[in-house]
Amino acid sequence: MTNMLDAYAAIAGADVIRHLRQLAEPLQGKTVVHVNSTRQGGGVAEILEKLVPLTRDLGLNAHWEVITGDSDFFQCTKSMHNALQGNRLTIPGTLLDHYQDVNAQNAQQLCPMLEEADFVIIHDPQPAALLKYCANRKGKWIWRCHIDASRPHRGTWRFLERFVRDYDASIFSLPQFAQALPHPEYIISPSIDPLSDKNIDLPLAELDAVRARFDIDPDLPLIAQISRFDHFKDPVGVIEAYKLARRFIPKLQLILAGGGATDDPEAEAVLSDVYAAAENEPNIKVLVLPPDAHRTINALQRITDIVIQKSTKEGFGLTVTEAMWKGKPVIGGDTGGIRLQVVNFHTGFLVNTPEGAALRIRYLFNQPKKTQEMGVTVKNFVRENFLLTRQLREHLTLMYALQNGATNRIELG
Amino acid sequence: MTQEAPRFTLRDCTLIAIATGKRARTLTEFRDHIIQLSPDSLYYHFWGNLLQARFEEREYNNDFAAWVHHSLHDAKLAEQLAVVDPSQYADMSEIRQQLLEYIEVRLEESEYLHWVIASQPFEFIRSQIVVFNAHADIANPREMAKLMPKLSVSSVFYHFIDARRRSPERIDDFHAWLNGYGETYQTLIELLSNIDPYFGSLTELRQQLVDVFQDYFDYSMGATE
Repeated sequence: MTNMLDAYAAIAGADVIRHLRQLAEPLQGKTVVHVNSTRQGGGVAEILEKLVPLTRDLGLNAHWEVITGDSDFFQCTKSMHNALQGNRLTIPGTLLDHYQDVNAQNAQQLCPMLEEADFVIIHDPQPAALLKYCANRKGKWIWRCHIDASRPHRGTWRFLERFVRDYDASIFSLPQFAQALPHPEYIISPSIDPLSDKNIDLPLAELDAVRARFDIDPDLPLIAQISRFDHFKDPVGVIEAYKLARRFIPKLQLILAGGGATDDPEAEAVLSDVYAAAENEPNIKVLVLPPDAHRTINALQRITDIVIQKSTKEGFGLTVTEAMWKGKPVIGGDTGGIRLQVVNFHTGFLVNTPEGAALRIRYLFNQPKKTQEMGVTVKNFVRENFLLTRQLREHLTLMYALQNGATNRIELG
Repeated sequence: MTQEAPRFTLRDCTLIAIATGKRARTLTEFRDHIIQLSPDSLYYHFWGNLLQARFEEREYNNDFAAWVHHSLHDAKLAEQLAVVDPSQYADMSEIRQQLLEYIEVRLEESEYLHWVIASQPFEFIRSQIVVFNAHADIANPREMAKLMPKLSVSSVFYHFIDARRRSPERIDDFHAWLNGYGETYQTLIELLSNIDPYFGSLTELRQQLVDVFQDYFDYSMGATE
């Protein structure tokens, strides 16, 4: 019954799991419902896939519900996502009306469960309006924003804020992402699941098979950006950096790999830009992977020498954490949560331009000992700070915090 | 008459950070926020942050000094703020006064610091801490030495760091407990007092405690129970 927790104990430490069990004791039987908009693809779904069963293993009654929507709905929520990240775009009123209609339709099905739950955690903007339609809610409702909303498009934020303000609390990944709201705004960094297909140790034969499958030469230097095909991830900038670095490292190989997500309609447009930039470049591999290609992504992160995450806007940047878990230094965009994780000369390098990325690629290939040291450092860092067990602990802490109001010190017997 | 040996009740804790919405981009803004900062926010920036994920090596023992160094690039003030040892002050208002004293003097000294914009704003955080029973009642220091490697790092935080805020003597819980044995464990108390808890990770701090307890019982000839 507790095999999953025991498996985590082997990686995170028995003390960490014992701590979680003790912390969870007074919450036995409480109902927690997470709601998001996709079962597969994207960091939220990946975390919930494990967070929910782990919460159950601790004795809470945890559920995961997914709202449904049509392409107009997801077009609207994708635009919302981009606007919250700072894009100056105005979403048509008809789409915003449709957003509310879809939430109302989903509420008809979900409200009986949500209204009875002790804690409801709504992830990101897509299902944020559900609260409006669950008037008889009994428990605490929390809005979890995974997006860098530090400088949102004001009109879009004003629209969303109408729904979010009535929650009992919100969660942001970093304090600078938080917007002024009339309730406590908790700070919880996301985490990675070390036992998921995306992060678990892989046999060497499987790594060799992935090299062979994508025609990657194991004897030549390799860099990779493994991230959604999204303008904010700047895949075209990575290609520019590759071309600049290749003048000094002629045999350099580049992989740009991205998984799809059912709620991301923009990926096609970005991909066509990427293909155009990579034309006539035999050592650039552009890989469009299905949403369930977790082991392939894992293998690609392991076989590469350096991981790039040259985002111009980023939420927390879990792809950076994943790469670090595999012992890889990261060259990351100087933005969002990447800034928290990447420390120059220590875990990788922060860059602002393709030129900057190219410079750091050259540095790391010319300093193999330093690169190796960084690899050891980053893995320990993730083990201590960014595993799923830490996020679970903070969710439990949040539940106590909400039950006890503004008290800054809560003694549980 | 034989005095009953005191037992140690193990507790554990967990902490969650809350955004205050207060940000400082200049030293004068920073000073103005410090004037009004809540005690739980001061607590977080001196102690609570040790329980939070962070990457940097702890070059300074509090967030204020680190920000002044890394974002305002004023080494002098950073060094002065880093000297503030919260366990040496009676309460948070005294700590606040000491911080303000250093900041005001530095502002008088440097025209530049009145207008320079920090490369990253300082985000003021507060926190809520949840304390719970770890279901362990430790009979004596030798038993503690055996159990220490299994303690959670947050339990180490609670008893070795947070205790300095809780106890009137500003000492850690191990120290207070060993005092209950009279003179018997004074050497162990001295060894524990040599540990500076503000640098390195909590995992490293736990290992330091493990080493001190185990070395004491492996090599000390004077300890008796």
